[in-house]
Amino acid sequence: MTSIPLGHILLLAALLFGIGLAGVLTRRNILVMLMSVEVMMNAVNLTLVGFSRYNGWTEGHVLAFFIIAVAAAEAAVGLAMVLAVFRLKQTTYVDELRLLKR
Amino acid sequence: MTGEQIMFYLLGGGAVLASAAMLLPPMGRSPIHSAISLIVSFFFLAGLYALLSAHMLSVLQIIVYAGAVMVLFTFVIMLLNLNADELQESRITPGRIAAGILALFVFGKLATAIQLTTAGAQSVDLSDPGFANFGSVPEVGRMMYTTFLVPFELVSVLLLVAAVGAVVLAKRSMKYVDRPLPPPAGYEHPAPSDDEGGHDAHAHGGGH
Amino acid sequence: MSWPVKTIAERTGDLLPGSPWTAALYVLLTILAVTAFMTVTGLVLIYAERKIAAHFQCRLGPMRVGWHGVLQTIADALKLLLKEDIVPRDADALLHILAPVLSFAGMLLVMIALPMSPSLQVADMNIGVLYVTAVSGLGVLGILLGGWSSNNKWSLLGAMRAGAQIISYEVSATLALLVVVLFSGTLQLSGIVQSQEAGWWIWRAHGCGIVAFAIFLIAGTAEINRTPFDLAEGESELTAGFHTEYSGLRFSFFFLSEFLNMFVLAAMTSTLFLGGWMPLHIGHFTVFNGVMDIIPPGLWFTFKTTGMIFLIMWFRWTFPRLRVDQLMRLEWKILLPIGFVNLFVSAACVVTGCYFFAR
Repeated sequence: MTSIPLGHILLLAALLFGIGLAGVLTRRNILVMLMSVEVMMNAVNLTLVGFSRYNGWTEGHVLAFFIIAVAAAEAAVGLAMVLAVFRLKQTTYVDELRLLKR
Repeated sequence: MTGEQIMFYLLGGGAVLASAAMLLPPMGRSPIHSAISLIVSFFFLAGLYALLSAHMLSVLQIIVYAGAVMVLFTFVIMLLNLNADELQESRITPGRIAAGILALFVFGKLATAIQLTTAGAQSVDLSDPGFANFGSVPEVGRMMYTTFLVPFELVSVLLLVAAVGAVVLAKRSMKYVDRPLPPPAGYEHPAPSDDEGGHDAHAHGGGH
Repeated sequence: MSWPVKTIAERTGDLLPGSPWTAALYVLLTILAVTAFMTVTGLVLIYAERKIAAHFQCRLGPMRVGWHGVLQTIADALKLLLKEDIVPRDADALLHILAPVLSFAGMLLVMIALPMSPSLQVADMNIGVLYVTAVSGLGVLGILLGGWSSNNKWSLLGAMRAGAQIISYEVSATLALLVVVLFSGTLQLSGIVQSQEAGWWIWRAHGCGIVAFAIFLIAGTAEINRTPFDLAEGESELTAGFHTEYSGLRFSFFFLSEFLNMFVLAAMTSTLFLGGWMPLHIGHFTVFNGVMDIIPPGLWFTFKTTGMIFLIMWFRWTFPRLRVDQLMRLEWKILLPIGFVNLFVSAACVVTGCYFFAR
């Protein structure tokens, strides 16, 4: 038995997910946007861990492990793309990447 | 309130505060400060995982996020020498307000759904001998190599692809990046020198 | 002979239901003892480094303050504490203050898990090895932030080099560490020590052990930025690298954590490969084992760790500093492939039970 209500764990995860979503939508610096995506992934991990704790399933931990691996891959490729774009345009602001618009 | 609950609210509050600090002005103005608050938030989350008996995940969280992903972020921010850019980020535009409202709306919907579905949820009793190894490395590892063997191997392929992709993307010898600007009109090319070619490719070849 | 492990955390837990205040006092005393231990170890290591360096170069080293200069480090520490603590005007003040603390905290957290003797270990986690890998990764963040926040080109260059180097060599160190985890079948540090009762993993594992030992030592030396790999603070190129702009107390934090990291590396190497506090045993050779058991476990740990520290200091006066490209080639083209092959071979050894004194 755990004394933490399941609803509170999920609410915390939803709050973190909302913060991450707000970050992706409002910030224009691509590095901060990538970091916000990491926050969203962590929110999902928290729900998986919470459900695992409540049901006694190890599957949730394995899925969270896969999410961590995917997040690491995403960060590596994302940052490599940021580097390549920065070499081309000297900026990390997504607003200024409008090569196709002109 | 039990000790477990107090720990949960402290760690959860810390995680939310640190993630919010990542985006809001005092910390969120420069990317490196954002990265620091994100690292703090990851530590709080690692504590939460440990509290919820996911011991292996909580350590993996620190190894992968704080030890590798965030170091990579910090490294790239330092490499690009990014500093605070207040004009760009503190502007409030209609688009941003709409985006904020959308995020709030998503959170509200999730919260109502959670309120409706989780009332009276009962957790399993982890002091039961059947759960003696819950969340430990052997338990998770066994599951990973039996039930989830194929996804596990696919994830390893994904990581390999990501590593190769990152190297290819970040490599300096992309033709159009290194090509010098076209000479101005009426400019005569000097005679080619002896040591031309080759050494640019080696100078920065030690990628990682 | 059996070795019952009783950690300080467990003893505190025993006290907790009956007398919570005694338990609280116990925790406080533990914190004080760990802090005192670290300070004394740091001072001794700095003195040892200077003396050993001097004797390698046919000098005498510090001789003036106290008998053979034993009080020299204390005097130097006092001088450092009294020095003005400067934060440069254009530095990022918050990060400049945070960085040395972060660097120190990583090392402090590792200290908790080190098994120094069956009764002298603060906490014995069942994921001990993973925990050590995780928290020792914090040091690199301290170095990166320190270099960035100083707002100085040398600091920045030093920090970037340190970051690339530590992240790269962590891979090899973890691969070498996994060999021992495979052989001993546990991640618990005290369990790893106890699995070496029939002999140390460095020689019991048919060569896999010694290869892993060499890789771990090389990668570990690179991770703590010591001399063949001290590009991050190469004096001739970068003034002082990432801590160019640090002075006084905050510099001493960086300095102390660097030396204590060496202690942590030596302690981890001896725990994983040289049996930690376990006396030298050879299989079922009971007479020999009985003689070895006379020396208490704490002393065995001290001997092994001291030996490893001497070896690491010896490196400094033997190998010239590497260039950045040589550093990366050593890691990615030499150590990493060897580490993978070694891990594969040792997995085969474990599966077939093909190692000395397999149970």
